Amino acid sequence: MSAEATRPRESAVGKGVSALDNLGYRLQRLPLHLVIIIFCAIWVVPTIGMIINSFRSLQDMGNAGWWTTLFPPHGFTLASYQAVLEIDGVPQSILSSILITIPATVIQLTIATMGAYAFAWMRFPGRNIFFIVIVALMVVPIQMTLIPVLQLFHLLGIQGTIVAVWLAHSGYGLPFEVFLLRNYLGGLPREIFESAEVDGAGHAVRFLRIAVPMTIPAIASLVIFVFLGIWNDLLVALTFLGTSQFRPFTVMIAQLVTSFGGGWQFLTAAAVLQMALPLAVFIFLQRYFVRGITSGSVKG
Amino acid sequence: MALDQIITAVVAVIGVPLVLLAYIIVGEQVIERLSDRLQTWIRPYFWALPAVGFATVFMLYPMARTVIFSLRNNDDNAWVGFANYNYFFTFPDTLTALRNSLLWLVFYTFFAVAFGLIAAILLDRVRYEALAKVAIFLPVPISAVAASIIWKFMFEYQPVGATQTGTLNALLGVAHHDPVAWLVDSTTNNAALIFVGIWTAVGFCMVIISASLKAISTEVLEAARIDGANEFQIVWLVVTPLLWPTITVVGTTMLINALKTFDIVYVMTNGAYDTDVIATRMFSQLQSNHIGRAAAVGVVLFIAIVPLMLVNIRRFQQQEEQR
Repeated sequence: MSAEATRPRESAVGKGVSALDNLGYRLQRLPLHLVIIIFCAIWVVPTIGMIINSFRSLQDMGNAGWWTTLFPPHGFTLASYQAVLEIDGVPQSILSSILITIPATVIQLTIATMGAYAFAWMRFPGRNIFFIVIVALMVVPIQMTLIPVLQLFHLLGIQGTIVAVWLAHSGYGLPFEVFLLRNYLGGLPREIFESAEVDGAGHAVRFLRIAVPMTIPAIASLVIFVFLGIWNDLLVALTFLGTSQFRPFTVMIAQLVTSFGGGWQFLTAAAVLQMALPLAVFIFLQRYFVRGITSGSVKG
Repeated sequence: MALDQIITAVVAVIGVPLVLLAYIIVGEQVIERLSDRLQTWIRPYFWALPAVGFATVFMLYPMARTVIFSLRNNDDNAWVGFANYNYFFTFPDTLTALRNSLLWLVFYTFFAVAFGLIAAILLDRVRYEALAKVAIFLPVPISAVAASIIWKFMFEYQPVGATQTGTLNALLGVAHHDPVAWLVDSTTNNAALIFVGIWTAVGFCMVIISASLKAISTEVLEAARIDGANEFQIVWLVVTPLLWPTITVVGTTMLINALKTFDIVYVMTNGAYDTDVIATRMFSQLQSNHIGRAAAVGVVLFIAIVPLMLVNIRRFQQQEEQR
């Protein structure tokens, strides 16, 4: 916006002067471009470096930095990927990640949508207090809840199962989702709900036929946000599945990194596999993704 | 085994929405047969029950229980007063964790927000804004676990004389500087970890600040320009104050993130060489079965977050008044 305003306009003096002006203007802006390019490089190069390293042999990684591979002989190999997938439990952990993430996302979002409808379109004593509690719960550190929930799972006999992690993720995610969906649902036009009521539609119909279809855009952004949050989660899975055979990929990688003293470098392949899904989602669903992130600006 | 899991997952994905659907339809059938007064009384609670129930079982009840745990011994059979807290505030290792969390709180928050603000303002002035934003946002979708591995390579250290395979030490080599053991040397390791945190957070801050930057009317800026303000003055005296509400929202979120920091420290150093933070401290107490002490750490973390929680509630109430 400001660039346009300060830019010298085509002057009547002549093309030569104008070209000179233009050059001066460009030179003036050179530092701006330099700063931006350095900024971007710091934010991109580390990731690229690791991806390149994941395609190199362990020996090459020990002998020279990743940048040397940019020049021939490249010596790319899939050895790291092979090695990672051959580690006992790694394929299972990738499967577990999927089997934890999808149901946990579905469970919490269906419950949240229903709860949000109540808070948006029903009046009842204590509604505001309840809702303030929900706003407060959004930022409660889950460390404050881990021990009793762990005991609860032991009591129920589901400690160390993926069902336990679905429930835990749902419990921790709900306050934020109810908050967000309630704001969205509450913003829908009142007339639609009122005319449906006049036509004799009960709350079940109004919720299923009007509220849910109209909330799909918000739910879509939220699905991405919640899905990736669980896919990338470490703490919840580490606490409830840390020693279980069903531990997800993030926990597996974290434990492998800490247990390998030297030679951990081939785990780059694991990291690339782990981040492939989030990056693909980001690249292909950028609009929804960024909307989900920005709507989550109040979530700690 | 894998097949069992897959079946359970499929059942849950289809079953949970169906069960809730049945709950709504059957429940409404019953409620509609009640008297009008009873209906208006009972219906909201019926609808809010699943969500409120989850919040109660997984958050409210455990929070109360954790407070009780923190005042009891490890076997949960005797009250010990504030002994667990006393331990936390006197033991040297936990004091280091407290100091590090404070460092995170100050430096992570400040630089994540400052870089986010700078990126939003600078990128607003170039034509390749969209592309540059993707670059800076790239670390956001990446998990802290993967980011930690990315940066373990950046910080990799070999003794003096050996070939430096870590990017940063290779750059230092080009500048004829001795390599630094970033993650081991206790003068650099906390800064290194905090930087990784900043690296993953700037994209988030930038996107949100940028959204409200675009909402500032160009007329305000034109007016400032006509009054003779230079670009620097415009950014500092006009744009930044207008962005202040957004900056405080983002800043609050970053403060909360800073206090909750766990993943990066756990994966990169596991708290070794004086890099522990409150959350990793709590986790190691939990693993060594010091229930009372772990609970006390959790409560301390919670108390630190309470002021930020109150800020959020206040802002929520202000928004409600404007609805």
